[in-house]
Amino acid sequence: MNFLDQFRDREVVQGLARRIAALTRGRSKPLVFMEVCGTHTMAIYQFGLRSLLPAEVRLISGPGCPVCVTPNGYLDRAVALSRLPGLIIATFGDMLRVPGSSSSLMLERARGADIRVVYSPLDAVRIAADNPGKRVVFLGVGFETTAPTIAGSILTAKARGLGNYFVLASHKTMPQPMAILSADPELSVDGYICPAHVSAIIGANAYRPLCEQYRVPCVVTGFEPADVMQGVEMLVRQAVSGESKVEIQYSRVVRWEGNAKAQSIIAEVFTPIDAHWRGIGVLPGSGLGIAEAYRAFDAQCAIPVAVEELKEHTGCLCGEILKGKISPFDCPLFGKSCTPESPVGACMVSSEGTCAAAYKYS
Amino acid sequence: MENDLILLGHGSGGKLSHQLLDSLIIPALSSTLPAGQNDAALLEVSGARLAFTTDSYVVDPIFFPGGNIGDLAVNGTVNDLAMMGARPLFLSVGLILEEGFSQADLSRILASMRSAADAAGIAIVTGDTKVVPKGKADRIFINTSGIGVLEHGLRIDGAAGRVGDKVIVNGSIGDHGIAVLSAREGLEIDSGIKSDSAALNGLVGELLALGTGLHALRDPTRGGVATTLKEIALQSGVTIMLHEESLPVNAGVRGVCAILGLDPLYVANEGKLLALVAPERAEEALEIMRRHPLGAGAAVIGELVENSAGRVMMETSVGGVRGVEMLAGEQLPRIC
Repeated sequence: MNFLDQFRDREVVQGLARRIAALTRGRSKPLVFMEVCGTHTMAIYQFGLRSLLPAEVRLISGPGCPVCVTPNGYLDRAVALSRLPGLIIATFGDMLRVPGSSSSLMLERARGADIRVVYSPLDAVRIAADNPGKRVVFLGVGFETTAPTIAGSILTAKARGLGNYFVLASHKTMPQPMAILSADPELSVDGYICPAHVSAIIGANAYRPLCEQYRVPCVVTGFEPADVMQGVEMLVRQAVSGESKVEIQYSRVVRWEGNAKAQSIIAEVFTPIDAHWRGIGVLPGSGLGIAEAYRAFDAQCAIPVAVEELKEHTGCLCGEILKGKISPFDCPLFGKSCTPESPVGACMVSSEGTCAAAYKYS
Repeated sequence: MENDLILLGHGSGGKLSHQLLDSLIIPALSSTLPAGQNDAALLEVSGARLAFTTDSYVVDPIFFPGGNIGDLAVNGTVNDLAMMGARPLFLSVGLILEEGFSQADLSRILASMRSAADAAGIAIVTGDTKVVPKGKADRIFINTSGIGVLEHGLRIDGAAGRVGDKVIVNGSIGDHGIAVLSAREGLEIDSGIKSDSAALNGLVGELLALGTGLHALRDPTRGGVATTLKEIALQSGVTIMLHEESLPVNAGVRGVCAILGLDPLYVANEGKLLALVAPERAEEALEIMRRHPLGAGAAVIGELVENSAGRVMMETSVGGVRGVEMLAGEQLPRIC
């Protein structure tokens, strides 16, 4: 048995399912827990965990898929940049198929744009070093998990004196949107399955203000099936006993204070800004912009380009889905005009998107 | 959004490929023959039943652990014939070379083609060579076409699956895709995984002993086991239930898939077949496979549970149940 197998053990998972069922048996109103992070959404679908939970426990998906919450305007700017001569776009693969107002990076690549899929921003720095006559723009999308490596890529480019490496930054931070969702009277969330790797960076203490203000249980949970089931069990225990505290299920990785080194590199290169979340709106201080000292690497400032007028896709209910108000199956476009091959909304594109997971695994 | 452009996903073997085939290619090209969805066309010529197939190979990189574009180009086409239950006879080879390509590399590739053809017992009988200017192709592309003969009266067809049939695979899945991916520039993971590229006609020859108990054969190449089984489910109008715990997956493949967020069910194979076998002959089919060098890791991975519009479900390793869809978009371009 290897390390991964321990957390995918059938007996362990089924034992947790039995305990959850015993704890919730006979409840008149189901307990509603939100998994905030897209990787949790994926794991829950991929392992069929909903089919193991009793009717008294309902899991809803939240706004934690970075590609999904990236607004159209960002995509439009990336598309406009990709059309500039002598410019290379470097990106994580998930961004390629996300539809902007009238195009996508995949279409631009088919039209001849130089768009390269990388697994690390350091690969993008290497592309910049190998192509001194061209400008390389890395699409910096993600939460606190990717922000440190992207900050590191800017520091590396600076140390190597590369003047042709840029980042188009659209980083988001946690847990600001969770507070908005908790304050929403239409949503009644009985507990949060808090992100795993984001919490490894920011630390579990970050959820304390939210937990105390809204009296909502928060459990930082790992991504393997046994992790998720244990996280749910811990939330159930809190909920049925009327408690609300922050707990760490994912203790093999997450500390209360987080990763100080990663936090300091984020603070060095980025600065908190108001950020636009698709479907949720502008949240104060919920994004990371590139700090003044590193403006030379900020594609938004350093490479002026005309961006097309913003056009939202009519009928797409991504926003409601990202807020956990409806499930993908409630959207009239789901599986009809919106499929993974021709997605209308971002939730159908990203491998961590709720609609993509629901389509692929249901 | 513009729909005119060919996208990389159209070559993935998944849903976009099917759409392109159904909307453009088959309507434009199909002659009087009904458009079959099998690996090769079945033709009756002067009383003989022939299988005819063609495939093009654009794998990147051209050399990878366990093989190269040359043996892949032979084995892939041999396997398409073998999946019809045909005995492969003749192969054509079309080479498209980029100006500046190394003759030493070409020589290595041709030697691999020769030994793969000898191993499969197929004769390379005709060919063609073109050279295009530098930058107009990527080093070497190969097309092969193959002809085989059916020496039995069985109907081996993706549409012949029946409720109760067992789904059997001859060994570990995902090896080819992960071997190629691991060798890609910029990734270079030392996974220790070798491509499973191999000719399956010998193994199929043994399986024909199952007679009418053998309903369908398919090699799960691009799009992987998931996409191939979904095709079979649609063709046969059945629901296939897979058991995740029974899927043979090498530890190295599982590790690389976990790191890169891939699902082994969607990763390409080049020496694997999926057989739909009547339940009472399943044990015998397993024994036949396990006696063969290419079937030592054979396993029953699922069964056909009910008639339906064509679904694939999976009981997950932790006991949950979920759906399995075809590959959408591109997972790994230029895998074969």
